[in-house]
Amino acid sequence: MTANTNKAFSVSEASGRSKAIAGALVILYALVTMIPLAWIFLTGFKSPPDSIAYPPKVVFTPSLEGYVNLFTTRSRQTPEYLESLGPPRTWYDKLVRERNMVITGPSRYKDRYVNSLVIGFGSTFLAVFLGTLAAYGFSRFKVPLKDDLLFFILSTRMMPPIAVAIPIYLMYRQLGLSDTWLGMILLYTAVNVSLAVWLLKGFVDEIPREYEEAAVIDGYSRFQAFIKVVLPQMRAGIAATAIFCLIFAWNEYAFALLLTSGTAQTAPPFIPQIIGEGGLDWPAVAAGTTLFLVPIVFFTVLLRNQLLRGITFGAVRK
Amino acid sequence: MAEITVQGLKKYFGDFAAVHDSSFRVHDGEFFVMLGPSGCGKTTTLRMIAGLELPSEGRILLDGEDVTWLRAARRDIAFVFQLFALYPHMNVRRNISFPLRMEHVKRAEIRRRVDEVADLLRIGHLLDKPVGGLSSGDRQRVALGRAIIRRAKAFLFDEPLGALDAEFRDLMREELRQLHDRIGATSVYVTHDQIEAMSMADRICVMERGKVLQVGTPMDIYNRPKTRFVAGFIGSPSMNFLPAGGGLPKGAEEIRVNGARLKMPRLREPLDAPEAEIGIRPEHIRLAQDGPLRGRVFAVEYTGASQLVTVDTPAGRLKVRAGNTQRIDEDETVGLTPDPRRIVVFDPRDERALDSGLFGEDGHE
Repeated sequence: MTANTNKAFSVSEASGRSKAIAGALVILYALVTMIPLAWIFLTGFKSPPDSIAYPPKVVFTPSLEGYVNLFTTRSRQTPEYLESLGPPRTWYDKLVRERNMVITGPSRYKDRYVNSLVIGFGSTFLAVFLGTLAAYGFSRFKVPLKDDLLFFILSTRMMPPIAVAIPIYLMYRQLGLSDTWLGMILLYTAVNVSLAVWLLKGFVDEIPREYEEAAVIDGYSRFQAFIKVVLPQMRAGIAATAIFCLIFAWNEYAFALLLTSGTAQTAPPFIPQIIGEGGLDWPAVAAGTTLFLVPIVFFTVLLRNQLLRGITFGAVRK
Repeated sequence: MAEITVQGLKKYFGDFAAVHDSSFRVHDGEFFVMLGPSGCGKTTTLRMIAGLELPSEGRILLDGEDVTWLRAARRDIAFVFQLFALYPHMNVRRNISFPLRMEHVKRAEIRRRVDEVADLLRIGHLLDKPVGGLSSGDRQRVALGRAIIRRAKAFLFDEPLGALDAEFRDLMREELRQLHDRIGATSVYVTHDQIEAMSMADRICVMERGKVLQVGTPMDIYNRPKTRFVAGFIGSPSMNFLPAGGGLPKGAEEIRVNGARLKMPRLREPLDAPEAEIGIRPEHIRLAQDGPLRGRVFAVEYTGASQLVTVDTPAGRLKVRAGNTQRIDEDETVGLTPDPRRIVVFDPRDERALDSGLFGEDGHE
């Protein structure tokens, strides 16, 4: 009896039943979040009729049509014209001709993807760079009106960014920043830098000043001490902050739709506009989305150890 | 090797005076301990010597050169922090060699000197380990290694043993003192632990509320405290204080304590206040039936080597250290004889000890 009571109230070890419940909840949550992703992934490999079949098809013959359509533009031709072209030269030529079409050129998906990479990583780098310096300054130096400034920085997150869409649209048109890499990088940096400052300040605050003082006494300048001693210890924080910034900039839709059209358009507003015959080309949309997810997944996996430490920062003392 | 001179040092944090008017001189090669309760300004003083804080007023001389406003990096001083401040992203070797890498010392030379220091501190087997897994004693040794590798002019220690377990502390205390004797560098050591101070120091500087109260050898500080605070702060159990009659002329050799007359060292200055206070250490009181003070035994603590007897006298409660052979019962009435050569007389108005024969025979210390 006593043994049971002890076990029930133990804080260090969970009972078998609570472990099972916790495990089931985690699996349930994973399923809820993974099913849409799995569905997108599968849809990318369906043929257009399969993708809109009702009831939905779980078992289907995989096809690369979605991916081919994603990267190409095509036009419908008469069978006689297709005959006259001779045998298809490549596997994707063949795939397209089965639907009585020929490839007329590449689609703009690749350009949009490159725009996303440049703008996403560019703004992430800039936000983390500025955030690191600002966080260090706020944490270590006597800054006049420090608390007010920090509150002001935080307050920029209190409204949804889209609330300022119209002023920004007008300003950008005046400044010639509409539909440019620079404009989008600046915009996403401005949104992310407040998050970066606050997140990173927490990390810098946790690094004892003694490290820098030791380095300074050992002959290093304040800046060298920052580079050699503080920065390496901020790795986890910087990784976590970079992921958060990248996810925002990568996924941002509303401003991208509003401010970009031709040259600097990112992938999010482009993907839903992929039109096939008779409406949206769902396999191509799904294929575009799948590929769009790859960099974030790659980055998160790459930084997952740092990220885990970063997200739980402050919860456990070293 | 260097002499450190601190002149009229003051430090204010806003309205709060952390240090006011600190002055002392640390001799070349000396082990100088700054002792005081927490918040007394000892660490702030040390940080000003290091250049980590800038003084509000005053001067700091290092070997005669004014370094008051010199950057910490340019002072050629080594500092050992309380929590060691070992860089967690470097292994032991890189931690120790960190100061040398700044000075662009050649690789082979760095290697040789790290090995030399590691030998001295007996941490050669740890050089390639990360600092994270080290025991606190080993961390302490690595921190020392990083301090001594540069052969700085002076070493500053900020409560370096504070974070160690009790048993390690005894060991490291000995090691530190031996290391100092071997290297012979000027060392300033901050602590609030009087045992550390007494056992390691060549001289002790006692601070309280931002002020230097007394600088002297451990024996001086213990036997000839200059203020009531120093008298009470040093020694465990602490000194007994009893109210006494004032109005003493220069040359007085007796003092009234609750009707009894106690012999004391000859006063070399008069006390015109109507009241005085005397201080006497527990080991300087003898239990004797014919003693001038009498009281009832309140408690007896047997500590092995001796026993500590608490006696309630009409003048006040006294602690007496008695031999461990004597049998003393609670509630017994005993007589007490303070050692007349050991009594310190304080002026209760400013808590200063009056100059007397206690402080040297001919007025010299």
